[in-house]
Amino acid sequence: MPIDPLILSLFAPLFGAVAAFLFPRAAAVIGLLAVVSICAAVPALAREVLAAGAVSVALGGWAPPLGISLRADGLSVAMLSMTAAVGLLVSCGALDALRDARQRQYFWPLWLLLLTGMNGVYLSTDIFNLYVMIEVIALAAVGLTVLSGTREAVRAGLEYMYASILGALLFLMGVGFVYLQIGRLDFAGLIAAEPSGAMSAGLALMLVGLLLKSALFPLHFWLPDAHANATAPASALLSGLVVKAALYIFLRLITQMPMPDEVLITLIGALGAGAVIWGGVQALRAERLKLLVAWSTVVQIGLIFIAFARAGQGGLSESWKAAALLVLAHGVAKAGMFLAAGRIKDEVGHDIIRDLDRSPMRPTLAQFSFALAAISLIGLPPSLGFIGKWSLMEGAMAAGYWHWVAVTMIGTLMSVAYFSRVLAGFLRFDRVRAPVVEHQGWALADMAPLVLAVSAVSLGLLAAPILSFLELGYPFGATP
Amino acid sequence: MTPDTIYGMTGIAVFAIGLAGALCAQDRLRRMLALKLCSVGAGFLLVVAAWRRPPDVPDPVPHALVITGIVVMVSATAVALALIRRLQTLEAEDAD
Repeated sequence: MPIDPLILSLFAPLFGAVAAFLFPRAAAVIGLLAVVSICAAVPALAREVLAAGAVSVALGGWAPPLGISLRADGLSVAMLSMTAAVGLLVSCGALDALRDARQRQYFWPLWLLLLTGMNGVYLSTDIFNLYVMIEVIALAAVGLTVLSGTREAVRAGLEYMYASILGALLFLMGVGFVYLQIGRLDFAGLIAAEPSGAMSAGLALMLVGLLLKSALFPLHFWLPDAHANATAPASALLSGLVVKAALYIFLRLITQMPMPDEVLITLIGALGAGAVIWGGVQALRAERLKLLVAWSTVVQIGLIFIAFARAGQGGLSESWKAAALLVLAHGVAKAGMFLAAGRIKDEVGHDIIRDLDRSPMRPTLAQFSFALAAISLIGLPPSLGFIGKWSLMEGAMAAGYWHWVAVTMIGTLMSVAYFSRVLAGFLRFDRVRAPVVEHQGWALADMAPLVLAVSAVSLGLLAAPILSFLELGYPFGATP
Repeated sequence: MTPDTIYGMTGIAVFAIGLAGALCAQDRLRRMLALKLCSVGAGFLLVVAAWRRPPDVPDPVPHALVITGIVVMVSATAVALALIRRLQTLEAEDAD
């Protein structure tokens, strides 16, 4: 009997994580096998979704509302494939980047558990399941944050832990409210629910929990330190993938439930604008390369929330798709950028931005990858980031919401400014005392950031098929 | 005031106390305990949800949810405590 790709993508990493923990010597092999098997399952799933629109499986034959059912539509498959592809490349990078034996031993089980949680989120159809999955993600993500074992990393990891648990508990409280009100937890029950005060309170609690987990300004306080102090592959996973899970749940919930009122939507947009401005200022002030990249994540999350607000105001599936596109683009580009930053730090020996141009060592491939990823994050054509930003601004302009256009443009200009600080450091040679040594040949670790950065830019050319794929199974509630 | 309202209100109050503690406490251990309190509050609310229908037949689903929640919270607490201890050791090493 062939294994259902839905079930494979959930259980391969789970069993892989256990096996990798039990057999630390074979951890890397087991980890790669699990990730590769998911990379094989996702295209199979995509084919099914292309044929049928949406596929679902009731685990163990128990139908909802009591049982747990898994469902995949265009949006979930897009997120699954982004996660699988980014995960595979980061895994390849990790083979080379993790030098310490202890780090190698614990990286694989944690990363596979993280993958289980992520895939679980993308396939879940009920809110309690989502709660369990975000806790799985949180525990694995905290483990990855503190993997380097330095004092800063452990301190940042603990802050992250508090924020994560609090976010999840707010979510759980919201789940309690919803269950008290309608006695159901599945999305179908949520859509059918009568709007009421307790329902709104429950949904509001869940959304606040998710805002905390996705680090929207001013709840971003835990993110920069946690992402900047982790080892490079862990940073790439945390910034590229982990925050996406919370964003995805936010997107799902907000499209499944009755549209929240205008004030709330404007508030979310305003917080997004705050993230874009404040994150931009902090990125301009950051002294270390990885910290700058982490602040740029805060900015990008703000931008995605502006897209959510824009979509909520218009109630248009086009804008939801712009938001989803921005999520995908950021995942690919940011993972590439963090890996590249890690390579630069390894080769140069430090990541102080001011001194980058003094270094005689120039890891050219990593610098090139960093620049390409920056192109996508700034939003220059033809990158995926450009398409996302463009459809966001196009929609805002057409609807006459000029303030969102202004904020997006300011954010873009600031991102040009802060990435230029780094790029100027790469390109200036006049302050080097010793002869410049370019990194000779290329290491396996250079391949992962390069492929990620190149695909972040070139996926923009495939934007049309991606957009139409996102629509399969009508994840945005727009029935024909 | 029926018993289930009182029980539910208590749950919300316990959650609120925990929330205030988690946001305001300075001490690491205290913050973790405050978070535990939050989880107890959320658990209360789910238990009330089991009573919501005719009281002689409690709904088993929320009970299952509470148990899952407890298991999740136990593991989260364990991780947080391990981190707190580790951080304390690292800081003690720095102080020497």
